[in-house]
Amino acid sequence: MNKMEAIGALMERVGDDTLVVCCNGMIGRELFTAKNRPSNFYMIGSMGLGLSIGLGLALAQPSKKVVVLDGDGNVLMGMNVLASVASEKPANLWHVVLDNQTHASTGGQRTISGQVKLEEVAHAAGYRSATRADDVSAFGAALDRAFAEPGPSMVLGTVEGGTTKGIARVEPSPPELAAMFAREARR
Amino acid sequence: MSHGKGGPSHAPEFVLGLKAAGFDFFAGVPCSLLKGLVSILDKDPDARYVSATREDSAIGMAVGAYLGGKTPMVLMQNSGLGVSVNALASLTTMYAIPTLLVISWRGEGGNDAPEHILMGEIMLPILDLLRIEHRVVSTKEPIAQQIAWAKETMLAKKYPVALIVPGGVLE
Repeated sequence: MNKMEAIGALMERVGDDTLVVCCNGMIGRELFTAKNRPSNFYMIGSMGLGLSIGLGLALAQPSKKVVVLDGDGNVLMGMNVLASVASEKPANLWHVVLDNQTHASTGGQRTISGQVKLEEVAHAAGYRSATRADDVSAFGAALDRAFAEPGPSMVLGTVEGGTTKGIARVEPSPPELAAMFAREARR
Repeated sequence: MSHGKGGPSHAPEFVLGLKAAGFDFFAGVPCSLLKGLVSILDKDPDARYVSATREDSAIGMAVGAYLGGKTPMVLMQNSGLGVSVNALASLTTMYAIPTLLVISWRGEGGNDAPEHILMGEIMLPILDLLRIEHRVVSTKEPIAQQIAWAKETMLAKKYPVALIVPGGVLE
């Protein structure tokens, strides 16, 4: 599965009022290209903090569904937040991880997610569930199962490395991105 | 020190001031100089204090809470300001997210354990470099006024603001 297929499988399952917080790096640009919407928050700096933003949002808006779209490099950098998620146990938070075992936006250097299974870390921390899927149909089925149950849960999809050709950069300024997203999040 | 060391903790007054000013999301990593504040927030079900594991993660949670409509406060020891520099530079300030930072001042005046000395000296310059306005909390004027200043400043500038807490104020 490549990342665009994985993002497509996720976004076709995400309802209009679901809030998506996306980590920095290539994944944000790919999401922006595949399905830009005002309910997407693009974190373009502060690597490792996407999950903490999603956690704060899920606690602030318990009646809204919050999906954090994350990458393996981000999860490894912000691994402490998996513990906070497991401790706070927000039922409205789903953590979707695309794992290509590389830092794609800095040249494809390896991460250590080949040695450290991130769904096992999530499970050990205390997520309600955590699964790994290696192809598009298994990934879609895992998302369907996860979204049918309360969170916090992790669905990790293993994806191919490399970069997607012809993807855009996130265009609006950061304050505009935040203001647009906040209007949706507070509705 | 002139901050009322040894006197009664101003933590209850501080929490009342926070709530009166509309702060309704609290996260952080504790410091002994903030133990009174943490203790009150942690026991208060309305405050819903999130005991974070790293200060930059607490800032991330505050950003999420703000986007969701809350008025957030993050507390930390000044050592945590070092941990938080990138979260402040490339998240909170860049996205124009108002956040109140309550930062203890270990190492003030160079009288402290060795690990606090340098950060005690460079904390205010770091905040200045980040263009974050700050005030040292004084027990000589009403706490509520100082919190109100912080809230007005952060909302007007759409930027974080810091209240610096010396020893003896919120223990």
